[in-house]
Amino acid sequence: MNARFRFRIGSALAAMLLAGVAIEATTLTAEAQQEGRRRRRSDAQEAAPLELTPAQVAKLTEVANSRSLNMDDLLSAAKTFTPSGRHDEYVLFSSGGQSGQVFAFGVPSMRLLRSIAVFTPESWQGYGFGGDNDRVHEELMINGKPVLWGDTHHPGLSETGGEYDGQFLFISDKANARVGVIDLRDWETKQIVKNPLTISDHGGSFVTPNTEYIIEGGQYATVLGYGYAPIEDYQKSYRGMVTFWKFDRAKGRIDVSKSFAMELPPYWQDLSDAGKGASDGFIFMNSFNVEMATGGIEDGNPPFEAGASKRDMDYMHIIDWRKAEAAFGAGKVKMINGFPVIMLETSIADGFLHFTPEPKSPHGVDVTPNGQFMVVAGKLDPHVTVYSVAKVKKAIADKKYSGSDVYGVPILDFDSVMEAQVEVGLGPLHTQFDDKGYAYTSLFLDSAVARWTLGGEYEAKNPEQPWKLVTKTPVQYNIGHLAAAEGDSASPDGKYLISMAKWSVDRFLPTGPLLPQNFQLLDIGSTGTDMPVIYDMPVGVGEPHYCQMIKADKLKTWTVYPEIGWNAHEQRMDPKAPKSGSEGVTRDGTNVLVNMTAIRSHFKPEHVEVNEGDTITWRITSTETAIDATHGFCIGGYNINLSLEPSEFVEFTFVADRAGTYPFYCTEFCSALHLEMAGYLHVKPKGLTAAPALDSVQAGK
Amino acid sequence: MAKFFQHLIGPRVSPEEFRAHRIRYTAPTLMFMLARVLLLVSLFLPYWHMELEAPQYPNGLFLTAHVNNLSGDVREIDGLNHYIGMRPLGEAAAFERSVAIWAIIAMFLLVEGAAFIHSKWAVLLAIPAITFPVAFLADLYYWMRSFGLNLDPEAPLSASVKPFVPTVIGEGGIGQFKTYAEMGTGYWFAVACGVITVIGFFFHWRAYRGLYRRMITREHAVASMEAIG
Repeated sequence: MNARFRFRIGSALAAMLLAGVAIEATTLTAEAQQEGRRRRRSDAQEAAPLELTPAQVAKLTEVANSRSLNMDDLLSAAKTFTPSGRHDEYVLFSSGGQSGQVFAFGVPSMRLLRSIAVFTPESWQGYGFGGDNDRVHEELMINGKPVLWGDTHHPGLSETGGEYDGQFLFISDKANARVGVIDLRDWETKQIVKNPLTISDHGGSFVTPNTEYIIEGGQYATVLGYGYAPIEDYQKSYRGMVTFWKFDRAKGRIDVSKSFAMELPPYWQDLSDAGKGASDGFIFMNSFNVEMATGGIEDGNPPFEAGASKRDMDYMHIIDWRKAEAAFGAGKVKMINGFPVIMLETSIADGFLHFTPEPKSPHGVDVTPNGQFMVVAGKLDPHVTVYSVAKVKKAIADKKYSGSDVYGVPILDFDSVMEAQVEVGLGPLHTQFDDKGYAYTSLFLDSAVARWTLGGEYEAKNPEQPWKLVTKTPVQYNIGHLAAAEGDSASPDGKYLISMAKWSVDRFLPTGPLLPQNFQLLDIGSTGTDMPVIYDMPVGVGEPHYCQMIKADKLKTWTVYPEIGWNAHEQRMDPKAPKSGSEGVTRDGTNVLVNMTAIRSHFKPEHVEVNEGDTITWRITSTETAIDATHGFCIGGYNINLSLEPSEFVEFTFVADRAGTYPFYCTEFCSALHLEMAGYLHVKPKGLTAAPALDSVQAGK
Repeated sequence: MAKFFQHLIGPRVSPEEFRAHRIRYTAPTLMFMLARVLLLVSLFLPYWHMELEAPQYPNGLFLTAHVNNLSGDVREIDGLNHYIGMRPLGEAAAFERSVAIWAIIAMFLLVEGAAFIHSKWAVLLAIPAITFPVAFLADLYYWMRSFGLNLDPEAPLSASVKPFVPTVIGEGGIGQFKTYAEMGTGYWFAVACGVITVIGFFFHWRAYRGLYRRMITREHAVASMEAIG
């Protein structure tokens, strides 16, 4: 082997190595390149640091004066105004109240991003307008009756380790005791479960720190399982309850077969919160009407409002849910209406249900971010009462009871578990938290948000004394819930706070006798008494109850479905989805199958000819892959409208029981030739022998 | 026959000669090697980009051509093109794209072969690699022209958009779209391969020219002697 040959071999190897490295590097580069080109465009929008010249200050002053704005107004505007094209930092998921929907707003701009239909059919989203056997209608059936609305109350974002993970959103329907499951990849409702025990309830939907369970607490006691008993038998036959819906994260569904409930005394259970950190494993739940008043104002009895408010104390329910889960696992349940219920005697005997007194007709119970304290706001008591979970655990271990209620549930001694009481003002309802050791409580009667200091670990985080009121900011008017940025999670951000006012009275232009609610944005970024309202937003679409604010970058939202032919309900590619090139109309007896595709700016096929009385299964695939290239599909007169989002597949069925010529068209203005994106459903009348053949129509063209 | 073959591949270098003029003989080899690597690597790099800009596409639409495929927003661009009756991009240069990888590997091997041939015929083997960039550009232009000029007259917008030749390099426009096209890194690698091959030849021929001529002279001398003899 001569030197020349060795050199050749060596250099060939070197070349291969070099080529390998280069290929590796350049393949990566090539992939990054296109992404880089896209980024280059969005980076160009960054604003340069601002320095106002005297001329600009004069201009600003002129505008401010012409609109009667003071410096605070200008600052508020600057804190909230979000320039065209800029995105918000947070997304606020709000209950839509009686609209049965969920609304999403951007914070701090307070712009409405979109609604999400849950309990109420909504035509823009094509939710519940997919023909005769629409899945939504079937899910909204209660006892064989379609109940097409909901009173949405409490949204609950899914959590991992007590932190919002941005994957799912749960929402409760108070009127009909239902929970909806929304997948935050496509912001669409995937499941609705109806509580089998009670017609209505209030305390949903709160999640355990890893979303093991979605908690749905009761409210107005009834006979469990939709039963009947005369009101005279209230104490004997009426019961409260709490339901633990098991969540299957991989499937994105509540697993009803692994869910269970606990029977509770007929106190009116209210809101709840799951313990986290130091209190992990507990559920804390308020109640009122431990008086067990039965009303009857028409018979001269005290009305509920008086009867249920007599006593100074009600009972906070303390539930060890892991022990409850074990009891359910061990089969210590009674089936009521086909649903497993842990009866009171089991909860008492196994020691996972305790009460402790709480003043007075409370509403909210909220666990501090570290899980060490529970804050109860008694709406008829000017204090918030703070309980220590360490003391609760000790009292349970030491059996430090002050007695038991008439059903035998042990009552933990109030003084042994209470940590502090802070006088905050009139009508305290709900509490949220920040990162500076402050708690924020809504004051319904004072129409204010109170900022007060927490103790324990939180004492060092702010200059004030622990357990003291710091300041109150008036809000307009009659505030219910409030929500701080990630303010009920394990690590609140301490940035923004939404005050959800029930009344707006004079805040906006009059809108007839039905007025919008008022969402007000408070800047809670500072300490001390600085806590201004910086935005008023009217919500004229229902009365929202609670909302949660999540950092926008936690959401991994799809803008286009991952594959063409996507079944959004199942979140997978559907083999039934018509493909481009396989469109057509086929008939099997009186069953007609339509395979259709939609892309700008045509449906294919454009003519569908059926006979009166045919059952039509209609499948449409949007073969679009561009962001926002959504099509609609409606058949007028047949109550059908679909939303065909990019790459989505939708199937619907209906009986063509009315003859005639029905134009169908795209209901989302999709393109310059959107109006041309149309076709005809020809329903030939029964008994028409010499039908005007479609061929002749086409021949006439 | 053997003589013809010897003329074709040229003289071999003796180890003594090689050791005496190491740089003279390794320089062209290294250049050819570099050219080959560039050509091979260019397989993985985009040869051509087009960016389309329109108000409703704030992030733009992108088209990237590698020697063997078209990527980027092909689907969306096809969707838009159907309005003016342009054929789907996938139909463009289908044959060229299907053989591109083998063609480049062939060019790679030919340049490799050229390094072994120490006669002026070596240049023949390198001609494909040298002319490849020009051929690529010509083919690209041919297809753009063919697509732009053969629009379906039945298309929705055929009344308002007349046949046109899309811009292959630089700024163009159609409807509300502005187009920016440029050659990609892969193409410049191919160009560099061609240029380096040419330079390599200069040194290659300079290195072997003397040996080759000596070989011919020697053969002539032998032939004359035989003729005389």
